[in-house]
Amino acid sequence: MARAAVQRRLIWRTARVLDNRAETDRVHRLVLEVPHWPGHLPGQHVVVRLTAEDGYTAQRSYSLASPPDVPQLHLTVERLDDGEVSPYLTDEVRAGDELELRGPIGGYFVWSAAADRAGGEPRPVQLVAGGSGVAPFLAMVEHHQRQESPTPLRLLYSARTAADVIGRDVLGAETTITLTRESPPDWPGPTGRVDRDLLARCTFPSTDRPRVFVCGSTPFVEAVAATLIDLGHDPSAIRLERYGNSEEPK
Amino acid sequence: MAVLSRGFRRARRDRPDGRLPPGQYDVGDDFPVLSAGPTPHTPLARWDFSIDDATGQVARWSWEEFRALPHESITVDIHCVTTWSKFDTRWSGVAIDTLLADVEADSPYVLASCDGGYTTNVPLEDLVDGRAWVVDTYDGEPLGPEHGGPARLLVPHLYFWKSAKWVRKLTLLEHDEPGFWETFGYHNYGDPWREQRYSDD
Repeated sequence: MARAAVQRRLIWRTARVLDNRAETDRVHRLVLEVPHWPGHLPGQHVVVRLTAEDGYTAQRSYSLASPPDVPQLHLTVERLDDGEVSPYLTDEVRAGDELELRGPIGGYFVWSAAADRAGGEPRPVQLVAGGSGVAPFLAMVEHHQRQESPTPLRLLYSARTAADVIGRDVLGAETTITLTRESPPDWPGPTGRVDRDLLARCTFPSTDRPRVFVCGSTPFVEAVAATLIDLGHDPSAIRLERYGNSEEPK
Repeated sequence: MAVLSRGFRRARRDRPDGRLPPGQYDVGDDFPVLSAGPTPHTPLARWDFSIDDATGQVARWSWEEFRALPHESITVDIHCVTTWSKFDTRWSGVAIDTLLADVEADSPYVLASCDGGYTTNVPLEDLVDGRAWVVDTYDGEPLGPEHGGPARLLVPHLYFWKSAKWVRKLTLLEHDEPGFWETFGYHNYGDPWREQRYSDD
């Protein structure tokens, strides 16, 4: 596994909420302003800490959905109905509120144009997302676009319905969306789960030696990774992240 | 000088028995899965467990030999740095003390290495005196691949990333060497009771 020292003291910072808007029925986009933000790499995450009046605190990790190329930090938060933190973030937080966060965290599940420029031979980048696991890829795709990176990059994104697609304003020709629950009659893309056939048709072949990033629920990530290995991809070229927990070890 | 979160209230049950470290919540019956790379599937016929030191390999067990070692039943609480804790988890495995019984282990540091390339570092003193095991059984069943089977390290008094999945080797070291997550900004030691999540915490 690659090693890159990411050692920086992670202080708690105060973020000001600029906007909290519904992106889909279940996902909200929080736009945050963080003074003196040190910058981040696409794919990194932050920890958000909430403090109740009685002093009780809860902290959760969220991928940054925005690239380092824009000054604000965007989080896409899926409301988990039995959750403690996510319903608060989606339903209670409003513009002008302050949140505590620290980061950026994670140095493995990342891609940046600069790393490719420094690293010599640019390998294609294949992203595979299940549901709200697309969040870190929104940062990577937008960074790729803004940097006009020559690295070939593709995203295969599985969403339940067209209305569940996150990041419509960013995703473009690099993205293939498959709808798993229902699709409009004029839906131009594929439908159904991300399986062997879809991976074979809509992702870089193993012979192109892509770096592969997979993010979604645990069953999604496990199934996609196993199928990619079966299709000939080098296991060491596949990096995983499971949503709800971000890129953190157990 | 915490920023108060207007209207935010505890929704998770508390544990009045003092077993929940700061910043953690009780995940209940769930057992979340996290790993940075694909789940390895090493056939048991090719699996072995070894201990190395500066001179090279000093001990090695095949799967059958490992299974024949004395096993202990362990019931412990585990704490993940992503803030979930799970209580009274039941394991069975071989104490590191047992594995080191015939090894001259006087180096202060250990690096655990795993299938898939994962590593993590732990001081030797945290692995001995009945504080750590290599476990092959969870809740009475063979440890599943997604949870680190066939065998994982179990160091319950540290954050759970130290309990390396798919562990294959312990290397005794004279000098500390950061492992995988420790290189990426996570705390070198990882004590949940001191909330050592990230470097310098």
